[in-house]
Amino acid sequence: MTACRAGVALFIWLGVAVPAAAQIDLTGSWSNRIHEDFIERGPGPEIGDYLGLPINDEARARADAWQISIQTMPERQCILYTSQYIVMGPQNLRITSDIDPISGRLTAIHLTGTVDRPPHTIWLDGRPHPSKSAPHTAAGFTTGVWQGEMLTAYTTHLKEGMIWRNGVPHSDQATMTEHYIRHGDTLTIVMVLDDPIYLDEPFIRSASWQLDPSTRVLPEPCEPQVEIPRPVGQVPHYLPGTNPFLTDVSRRYNIPQEAVRGGAATMYPEYRKKLKDVYKAPEKCTWSCVMGGGQAERPANR
Amino acid sequence: MTGVKTLRAVLAGAALVIAGGPPLATQEGRGQGPAAGPAPSAQAAAPIDMTGYWVSIVSEDWRWRMVTPARGDYQSVPLNAEGRRVADAWDPARDDAAGEACRSYGAPAIMRVPGRLHITWRDDNTLQVDIDAGMQTRLLHFGDWKAPGGEPTWQGDSVASWEVPRRGGRGGPAAGGGTSAAPRFGSLKVVTTHIRPGYLRKNGVPYSADTRMTEYWDVLPQPNGSEYLVVTTIIEDPTYLTIPWIVSPNFKREPNGSKWDPTPCSATW
Repeated sequence: MTACRAGVALFIWLGVAVPAAAQIDLTGSWSNRIHEDFIERGPGPEIGDYLGLPINDEARARADAWQISIQTMPERQCILYTSQYIVMGPQNLRITSDIDPISGRLTAIHLTGTVDRPPHTIWLDGRPHPSKSAPHTAAGFTTGVWQGEMLTAYTTHLKEGMIWRNGVPHSDQATMTEHYIRHGDTLTIVMVLDDPIYLDEPFIRSASWQLDPSTRVLPEPCEPQVEIPRPVGQVPHYLPGTNPFLTDVSRRYNIPQEAVRGGAATMYPEYRKKLKDVYKAPEKCTWSCVMGGGQAERPANR
Repeated sequence: MTGVKTLRAVLAGAALVIAGGPPLATQEGRGQGPAAGPAPSAQAAAPIDMTGYWVSIVSEDWRWRMVTPARGDYQSVPLNAEGRRVADAWDPARDDAAGEACRSYGAPAIMRVPGRLHITWRDDNTLQVDIDAGMQTRLLHFGDWKAPGGEPTWQGDSVASWEVPRRGGRGGPAAGGGTSAAPRFGSLKVVTTHIRPGYLRKNGVPYSADTRMTEYWDVLPQPNGSEYLVVTTIIEDPTYLTIPWIVSPNFKREPNGSKWDPTPCSATW
């Protein structure tokens, strides 16, 4: 979809927004419930694990070349994850709001307290998105509207980032639609990432938090330092075809390598037909079997 | 705007907020609407239309949903020691022999099983959710429905209600539950109990007969016209869980049932 068409669609879509009277309070401290994708969101996904990601060959090539120690380079240690990390990371959340002192209108919501991610501001005052020539940042630029008691936000101007912490990229052309849904003391955030460069279909992910005033939401200032001494100019990477860890997931869990490589088709139920006759569950879980730890075996490459 | 007009606007807004009170879903029978009369049926009062076909999007927990995980893999589930003991004793052959192949297709598990939903109105106050995976049917009962009792079932007893925005917003339902040109928003809340014990996952991670499941179904319109459905699910089980297990499976609306694929329960796949 071109930027112009996307803008028209967004304008029409935003037309169904509702006024302030239908809003619900999202502010407070929210404790994460990592009951889905614990490995991916906690310790981090395994190298070469692209299961269920609607990525294309370009994304695979980038991820295959990625070596995790690149993040130990002093100049890269403080590169922030992009805003979609809200539903990808392990963090609690603190949500605050800006209220116009004259009108009493809610003008912005801020999500903070996330490790390695910039504050995420959702503007609710009707301001437009900046021009396509404006700088892209890790936070991007986000506006929101209320649809009933659900806050829907739309983000543009993201920098390139990772959708999983094993090098699977999103581009700076990616846009993000988020839905903030509060039911009682449970907050669910649904993120839909569109990326014409690296995704064949939108990538949808949701996560939940529970309201908890005692939740620790700490800042995490980043102070780069030398973690691994290495020659000047050396950048950790794998040349095409040389990453030795790409088949680990297949070997460890008996999952066909074709599935491990991901792609939009792997997200749908009918893909199970391809797996039925070739998959045999491992006899016993041997690593990272219990929430929060308890693994019997830790792979050598981690 | 002058200062006086501003004050009027503020007071009018405050009056709207005060008049709003609790969500309409909790106000049944209080005569809040301008026209007195019988309460509308759940179908007539529906703030959102969920009927049609939906397909699972398995972009989360793939390894625990698309294939049968290894015995002893209860990652992400806050199981207690007794839950782990039961999970470690999982024996799919025994389940098959005992006619219990549907243990991983019960209400606390079925929405995460890769498959398709077909949602229809069975009658004015019952939403029917057919699921092709395991060929299961969930009945979501609105109003003053009373559970029939008897033995617990895989899909349990589900009591449903609409949650709609507080009064004052365009998202609220029209008076008397009738139609309105304005957009309508809301959620479906479902509380399910009396569930036959089974598995949260195919590999024997258990839930007990004491399980209570609360779901919130939300439809998410997208800028490109497509629609997603997210079901925020809170599973409480004092027998096997240390804290409530909260998951949120996602679905995408499909135009028709051409990919509907009824498949019987399997204890192993």
